Amino acid sequence: MFEFLLRMGDNTLVLGHRVSEWCGHAPVLEEDIALANIALDMIGQTRLWLGLAGEVEGQGRDADALAFRRDAWDFRNLLLVERPNRDFGHTLMRQFLFDLWHHERLSDLCLSEDDRVAGIAAKCVKEADYHLERSKDLIIRLGDGSAESHRKMQDALDALWPYVGEMFSDDTLDIEMNEAGIAPLPSSQRPRFDKALSATLALATLIRPESNFAQMGGRSGTHTEDLGHMLATMQFLQRAYPDARW
Amino acid sequence: MANDWPLWEIFIRGQHGLSHRHVGSLHAPDAEMAVLNARDVYTRRNEGVSIWVVKSEDVTASAPSRKGPMFDPSNDKTYRHPTFFDIPDEVGSM
Repeated sequence: MFEFLLRMGDNTLVLGHRVSEWCGHAPVLEEDIALANIALDMIGQTRLWLGLAGEVEGQGRDADALAFRRDAWDFRNLLLVERPNRDFGHTLMRQFLFDLWHHERLSDLCLSEDDRVAGIAAKCVKEADYHLERSKDLIIRLGDGSAESHRKMQDALDALWPYVGEMFSDDTLDIEMNEAGIAPLPSSQRPRFDKALSATLALATLIRPESNFAQMGGRSGTHTEDLGHMLATMQFLQRAYPDARW
Repeated sequence: MANDWPLWEIFIRGQHGLSHRHVGSLHAPDAEMAVLNARDVYTRRNEGVSIWVVKSEDVTASAPSRKGPMFDPSNDKTYRHPTFFDIPDEVGSM
């Protein structure tokens, strides 16, 4: 259960931090505000998941301790969310692929037999619904936009595609969670994801890559070096000045 | 980039029963994105229940230089204001 909650909380923590890196740097003011809002939503969701994870673990660690005092190999997020921002198109494509998965995942978790999980999911799913609406609209406009924006979005999709498969892979923990009625198997989401993805890509005039190759490991703690760099920045203050308050 | 995007005037209804009120303007590529941008720029702290967006160029405004001819004539016609009636106390506040 603890591991399952880390998987949920670490996804939104890492992606929330990644998106927050745009604050003050987005191409236009309106996007800057929107991205900061989305980042804050995700950090807020992290607080709920990791807060519950700390409770379940029972070792006295709260959400902050879990966020700022664990090293890369303790993180259980998908590799997709730790990918660097690169350009704006890349950031939006990563967001869209995540939102599409995340919205489905939370919708399923609303029916969890664990009331705490269902409660957090019900709160988060409304935010995820808006995030998906926004990222979908932007993917369609940029994919079906100018020749340059189309090329950038297709490049982003091709570059991020190897990280899609991990979202739908089942391992022993997933099987346990499914049998306990806490969370359905990730693989059960794939048909819905594929259908929604095809619909959006068609409107965006983007081509779905054919390869089924999937980079795996994030959910069991094997990460790319990019996560280490991100944590070095994110955790610096709590590492250098433990328990600092202001 | 923002210079290519049209400007939109944003109207937000604060709560049911009130009318939409002009709150500001922003850039967006089209009307749907303008609504989403308005949601993020102007309703972060629970300010609204409904958003209207109107392209700024579709707003026709009175000219500031015509302020005199437009508005002054109504200023000296006090008989147009209902201030000469004695309202009986029993009516209460109107």
